[in-house]
Amino acid sequence: MRVLMLGWEFPPHISGGLGTACLGLTQGLAALGVKVRFVIPRAEGDEDAEHLEELIGCNRVPVAAGILAGGPMAGAVAAVTPERSATVAGAGAPGPATEAKAPPAGAAAPAEPPPGFESVVVDCLLRPYWTEAVYPGGRAPGAGAAAAGRLQETLLALLDGRAELLPGLAPKAGAAAATGPAREPVAAGRATLPFSGRYGPDLFEEVARYALVVAEIAAGGGFDLIHSHDWMTTLAGAAARRVSGRPLVCHVHATEYDRSGEHPNPRVQALEQLGLDHADRICCVSHYTAGVLRRRYRVDPRKLRVVHNAVTHEEQARDFHWRKAIPEPIVLFLGRVTFQKGPDYFIDAAAKVARAMPGVKFVMSGSGDMLPAMIERAARLGIARNIHFTGFLRGKDVERMYAMADLYVMPSVSEPFGISPLEAMALDVPVIVSKQSGVSEILSNALKVDFWDVDGLADKILALLRRPALRRQLIEEGRDEVRRMRWEARAAVVRDVYRELVA
Amino acid sequence: MTSIVFYFQVHQPFRLRRYSFFDIGVSEQYYDEAENERILRRVAEKCYRPMTRLLADLIARHDGAFRCAFSISGTALDQFELWAPDVLEQFQALAATGCVEFLAETSHHSLAFLADRDEFAAQVRAHADRIERLFGRRPTTFRNTELVCDNEVARAAEALGFRGILAEGADHLLGWRSPHFVYRPEGCERLKVLLRSYRLSDDIAFRFSNRQWSEWPLPADRYAHWLHRLGGEAEVVGLFMDYETFGEHQWEDTGIFAFMEHLPGLVLAQPDFRFETPAEALARLDPVGRLDIPYPVSWADTERDLTAWLGNHMQRAAMDALYQTGRLVRGAAARRPDLLERWRRLTTSDHLYYMCTKWFTDGDVHKYFSPYGSPYDAYIAFMNVLDDLDRRAREAVGERTAAVQEAAR
Repeated sequence: MRVLMLGWEFPPHISGGLGTACLGLTQGLAALGVKVRFVIPRAEGDEDAEHLEELIGCNRVPVAAGILAGGPMAGAVAAVTPERSATVAGAGAPGPATEAKAPPAGAAAPAEPPPGFESVVVDCLLRPYWTEAVYPGGRAPGAGAAAAGRLQETLLALLDGRAELLPGLAPKAGAAAATGPAREPVAAGRATLPFSGRYGPDLFEEVARYALVVAEIAAGGGFDLIHSHDWMTTLAGAAARRVSGRPLVCHVHATEYDRSGEHPNPRVQALEQLGLDHADRICCVSHYTAGVLRRRYRVDPRKLRVVHNAVTHEEQARDFHWRKAIPEPIVLFLGRVTFQKGPDYFIDAAAKVARAMPGVKFVMSGSGDMLPAMIERAARLGIARNIHFTGFLRGKDVERMYAMADLYVMPSVSEPFGISPLEAMALDVPVIVSKQSGVSEILSNALKVDFWDVDGLADKILALLRRPALRRQLIEEGRDEVRRMRWEARAAVVRDVYRELVA
Repeated sequence: MTSIVFYFQVHQPFRLRRYSFFDIGVSEQYYDEAENERILRRVAEKCYRPMTRLLADLIARHDGAFRCAFSISGTALDQFELWAPDVLEQFQALAATGCVEFLAETSHHSLAFLADRDEFAAQVRAHADRIERLFGRRPTTFRNTELVCDNEVARAAEALGFRGILAEGADHLLGWRSPHFVYRPEGCERLKVLLRSYRLSDDIAFRFSNRQWSEWPLPADRYAHWLHRLGGEAEVVGLFMDYETFGEHQWEDTGIFAFMEHLPGLVLAQPDFRFETPAEALARLDPVGRLDIPYPVSWADTERDLTAWLGNHMQRAAMDALYQTGRLVRGAAARRPDLLERWRRLTTSDHLYYMCTKWFTDGDVHKYFSPYGSPYDAYIAFMNVLDDLDRRAREAVGERTAAVQEAAR
C-alpha cells in the first residue's frame, strides 16, 4: 500500500497539533508496512521523516511554469484581478487583460512572458479562485464578478472531469512531469514556487500553489490513494484525485466552525466542503467532529470514520529535568488564545479560585486574537498579580511550562480533538478538559467539565490543588492511560479505511 | 436434611449532589434529594412492592414452609419512611408471619469496623434497636456491610451478643472445604458462620438474564434440580443476594418473578429439603470445623476483597478523612446532634464505591454505574461535603468551648 499524503506541517516545524498528529499517524502506518510520501508546502530538510518513503517540500519541486500560460483558464484568471497580479508581480510584470472584456477561457493566453514571469503567472492564475466572489455568501468585489464566475465554473468542471485545467497534468505513466514538446508551452522554463509553510496572510494563494504542485506530483503516479489533512490540502487532494484517478481520503482535524464559531470564513468553509464532497472516505478525529460534519457539511455518514488521535513515542518517552522555581501552585492554560480555546472561561475560573486560594498562580501560554482582551479581563477581575501571560511558547519552553504546572486546563468551547491534555498527562500533569472536546471521548482519567460551567471548573481546579490523593490518582492512572494510546492502533483503523478503497 | 437459606439485602444510600467547593460553609444541602426520591420510588415500584407481595403469597401458599431473611439498612428504612411507607408496612406484615428473619447490620451500611470500632458498635446497636422496634424481634444474626468478614469482625459480633454471622463462601477462604456447612470462625467461642454459596447465588443474581450463559434461560425446575443434586453432601445452602435483583437488576420481563414463584414448591417437592432462616439453620446445625478468616473477605467482584471501596488513593484518603471528622462530630454532638446523623450518612459504603477506578481505567466508561460522571467527581463532591461538615463540627465545638469558658469566668 502506497499513499500520497498531503499535509501542511511536519515536526519539528509545527504551529499546532496537526503536524504532530501527522507524524504519529505516519509512524504508525510505517509500522504496518504502509509506504507514505508526504507533501508539505515547505520542507527545511531537517524533518523527522526517516519513516517516510519520501517527504516532499513543494518549495523544492520545480513545476513547468508555462503550463499556466497556455491553460484554458489563464486568460480568465488573469482577467479577474489584473491589478493584484501586477502588485504581486512587482515592477515590470504585465497585466495581460482587463476584467470586463475578458475573452472566453483559453483564448487570451499572455504571449511570450519575459524571464522571471513564472511566479507572476502562477499568482495570476490562482488568485481569482480565492476571491470571495467565487463563493456564495462571499462579498463580491463587483468588478470581475463575471470572470470569477467563469473561473469557478472552470474549476468545478475540472473537478467533475468535464474539463482539463492544467494541460500537461493528465495521468500518464513514467514521466515525472510534462516534458513532451507538444505540450510544453513556449518559453516556459521550470521553476519552483514560493512557499512559506505558514498560515500567513497569503495563505489562500499558498494553498492554491500547493494544489498546483501536488497535482503535478500526482501526475507522476506511484501511489494507491491520496490522504489529505484539513482544508489547506483539500483542493490539492481533489486535484490529485482528478489527475491520478486514485481514491481520496479526507482527514478532518478541525472544521471552520471549531475555529470561528458561528461566523465561519466562507472561503475556508467552501474549501472544506469541496474536500468532503470529493472524498471517497472521511476520517475525523472524534465523534464530536463527526457530528459537526454531518450537521454542518451534510456529509454522508457512510463515508465517515472516526480515528481518534494518540500520543507519539517521542511524547511518551519525553522526560524533563526542569524544576519549578516558585512554591506556589501553578494552573496552566496552553494553546492559542482564541475563541475556540475558551480562554475567557479560564480567566473567569481563575478569578474564583484566586479568591479562595490567593497564592495560586495562573499561566496563560500562547498567542491569539483574544490575548489583549484576556489581559484586560484579568486586570478587571483583580487577578493581575495571579496571572502570567507568557506569549507563544515553542519546543523546550513548552515542556518546561508543563513541568512547572501543577495542573493543566483545556476549557475549549469547541475542540475536535485536543492532543495537549495527553501530552500533559504523559508528563505527569493532571488535566481538566471540557466536555466539548474530542479527547474527552477517549479519556477516563481526567476531570471533565462543560466549558461554560465556570463554577464547576473552579471547583475542580480547587479540588486538584487541595487534594493530594486526587492528584496522585489522576497522575498515576493518567500516565498508564496515555501509554495505552498508541498511534499503531489508530493507524490500523486508517489502514482498514484504505483497504475499503483499495482492494 | 438440607436447608435452603434465602437472605435478601435491601439498601439505598443517600446520594450526594455535586456539592462544590463554593458550597462549603454556605450550603447544608448535601444530598441529591430529587434523585434519591426518584430512585427509591422507581425501585419500590419495580422491585420492593411486587417482590414483597410475592414472598407474602409464597409464605401463605406453602403454609409457612417457605422462609427467608432480610437485612434492611437504616438508610433504606429512612427512605421508606420518607417516600414509600407502604413498603415498610409490607415488611412488617412479613415479620408478623414468623417466617421471616430480620438481620442486624450497621445502621448506615458502613465500613466502620475497619476504621472505628466504637462507631461500629454504636451503629450495630442502633440498628438492632430499630429493627426490634419495627419488626418486633431483636436480631440474633449479624451481617456486616458488603458481607465483609474476618476473624475480628466475627469476634466483635460475638462480643455484641450475636449467635451467628454471614460471610462469603469464597474459594480462597475455604480451599477444599464446602460452603454448604456451618463453621466456627477462628477465635470465637459460640458464634457460628453461615456461608454464601456464591455460584448458586450468582446464578440468580447475575447470570439469570445473561443470554450468553449456557444455562440461559434458567427454568425454576432446573435450578431446583441443582439444589436437589447437592442432597447428601450439603447441610445448608446460603443464597444471599441483593433484593433489587428482583425487578431492578433483573427486569420483570426476564421471568425472574415467575422463577421465584415456582421455585419453593419445586424445592419442597423433595421431602429432604426445607427452607430456613439463618437463625434457624445456625441453631439446628453444629459447626463442622473452624474457619480461619485472617483478612477481610467480601461478596464484591471477583476479588472478594475490599478493593472496591479501599482500592485506590482517593478511597483511602476519603476513608481516613471521614473517620477523623467523625471523632470531631461526635465531640460536637451535644450542640449539633444533627451533624452526627449527617456524618453517618457519609459512612455509607456506596460513597467509597463510587470512587472506585478498578473498571474505569479499562476504558469502558459506560459500564460504570454511578450518580457521578466519574470516580473523580464522586471524590470531589464527597470531600467538599466532608469539609463543610468538619467546619461546622469545629464551629460547634468552638462555640461550646467558648460557652464553657464563659461559665467558668
